[in-house]
Amino acid sequence: MNKFETFTGIAAPMPLVNIDTDMIIPKVFLKSIARTGFGKNLFDEMRYNRDGTEIPDFVLNKPQYREAQILIAGDNFGCGSSREHAPWALDDFGIKVIVSTSFADIFFNNCFKNGMLPVVLPQEQVDVLMKDAEKGENARMTVNLEAQEITTSEGEVIKFNVDAFKKHCLINGLDDIGLTLEKADSIKTFEDQAAQARPWV
Amino acid sequence: MTAPKTLYDKIWDAHVAHEAEDGTCLLYIDRHLVHEVTSAQAFEGLRMAGRKVHAPEKTIAVPDHNVPTTLDRADPATMTAESRIQVEALDKNAKEFGVHYYPVSDVRQGIVHIVGPEQGWTLPGMTVVCGDSHTATHGAFGALAHGIGTSEVEHVLATQTLIQKKSKNMKVEITGKLKPGVTAKDITLAVIGETGTGGGTGYVIEYCGEAIRDLSMEGRMTVCNMAIEGGARAGLIAPDETTFKYVNGRPHAPKGAQWEAAMNWWKTLYTDEGAHFDKVVTLKGEDIQPVVTWGTSPEDVLPITGVVPNPEDFEGGKIEAARRSIEYMGLEAGQKLTDIEIDTVFIGSCTNGRIEDLRAAAEILKGKKIKDGMRAMVVPGSGLVRAQAEEEGLAEIFQEAGFEWRMAGCSMCLAMNPDQLSEGERCAATSNRNFEGRQGYKGRTHLVSPAMAAAAAVTGKLTDVRELM
Repeated sequence: MNKFETFTGIAAPMPLVNIDTDMIIPKVFLKSIARTGFGKNLFDEMRYNRDGTEIPDFVLNKPQYREAQILIAGDNFGCGSSREHAPWALDDFGIKVIVSTSFADIFFNNCFKNGMLPVVLPQEQVDVLMKDAEKGENARMTVNLEAQEITTSEGEVIKFNVDAFKKHCLINGLDDIGLTLEKADSIKTFEDQAAQARPWV
Repeated sequence: MTAPKTLYDKIWDAHVAHEAEDGTCLLYIDRHLVHEVTSAQAFEGLRMAGRKVHAPEKTIAVPDHNVPTTLDRADPATMTAESRIQVEALDKNAKEFGVHYYPVSDVRQGIVHIVGPEQGWTLPGMTVVCGDSHTATHGAFGALAHGIGTSEVEHVLATQTLIQKKSKNMKVEITGKLKPGVTAKDITLAVIGETGTGGGTGYVIEYCGEAIRDLSMEGRMTVCNMAIEGGARAGLIAPDETTFKYVNGRPHAPKGAQWEAAMNWWKTLYTDEGAHFDKVVTLKGEDIQPVVTWGTSPEDVLPITGVVPNPEDFEGGKIEAARRSIEYMGLEAGQKLTDIEIDTVFIGSCTNGRIEDLRAAAEILKGKKIKDGMRAMVVPGSGLVRAQAEEEGLAEIFQEAGFEWRMAGCSMCLAMNPDQLSEGERCAATSNRNFEGRQGYKGRTHLVSPAMAAAAAVTGKLTDVRELM
């Protein structure tokens, strides 16, 4: 996994609440057995007409947001299915950070597994970032995970919380499976005890 | 004396294989269910790293999302090339990694969340995961069950554990008795209508109360299935005699002395008196009515007697979302829900594709015909549900009424196979999500119970099933 480094990028506003995983990547695109190439179909039904032409009003089709790396979104982003194709599509498009007041649980976890950072902030602070993002490509925000800060285009610094272990994994680009296998002895011990306690499992 | 524990606390504590100082745990997984859409990349990851499946005997795979449900599905031409590649990848991976497998040709094949309980893989007190959000279904057995992403699928395949932090405890109590015509589906939708789709975020829900106790195992699975739609990591119901009776004798349930040992532990799986819940929601069973969704979020729930709401009645971001939903759904504020005309009826899915669901729908359809021009299909949740429905004469009732009688799979719940809505087509569906495009591009979905779906098929409109009872 790539290390998450401090960057400055364009933020796109998507104030709609309950943006679900079917919106992020419709199921017709889940048939690939690869992890890459989903970016062109990100938000497919909101982004394209049936004939494949772009819907100009959709935020990521607007010239100032085509290179967005940050999404400022409405409540409960990523609700719905467990499909990791949703963060894969966002990642493939170039989105590294998503900010909302809340995220669906599975989507939230899936982001971290792909080197992406979902940031939960109170409504007032999401509002500040949303307003800043609405300025278009002039609103280049800086995300510093080490310091747990987002700096708006006007220099306002917004602090955020992140789980310490998840932060450590993102910053160092760590592979979860490798880390867990270091605890193989604990797993073996647990299995031996469980086999005694619950042999029917 | 130890502090009183919730059911969730007890199952969690019994499965922590390692706990770091910051509370990050390795949770041991007893059953890993696998389907074709979210597993190919995970198996490929193992292969590339030269890893094996840690516990193939605890891993059960079945193709369900892509598979055609028409009778001629043994013919490979019924699948698109992409779908075929995914199903064939699962065939190959299941064989190569040695996991339990029910291929499309097996009568036991079906939706993974129906097959698991049916075969006795799902047992009380277990941890169960699957790369599918509706894994919450298995919580009906008092098993801690939730969906995971593909990276986590790979993690579980490789280590049989999941890196987790504990969620908070939430209690959803449904007191008293349900009124006639009100089902488990109405309970679970009514709860989401109350809490919102984000109301359960960060929690594991325990459903309890008389109305929950009175439900069969199948009804309990319907309730827990949609815990995820309320944002919860998992839904749980404490096991009781109803649970034990359902489990006993299933192919992979314990037998003899093992059964006795298991029962001794299972009987301790309840929330202790005085245990702490971080959030409590209580609904009166008698207040719940047959419900239907009007919008594009499962929280857009109203009793069938209601009218399409006015977006201005909401607050904050929901105003714009409601406006967008009403436009997408082709409705008008103030319109009576029972005036909404339906083109298609879909009965099936992991929410409502079990035998009792089919019985409830057939009860309404007996001796009736569906409305002229209506497209209606029943997709049983598994090959065994299908066989039982045929034995009970339900298939005949459906077919005589004008329904198509299909083979098992996820089908039109998420429309990854050829069963899809066309643009603007309106469907009464027993499935779990009414998202934009969920059942097909620009398709419109109203979520209902099986009996309500059957009623809509007969009248051609969303209908209060109590009028047909």
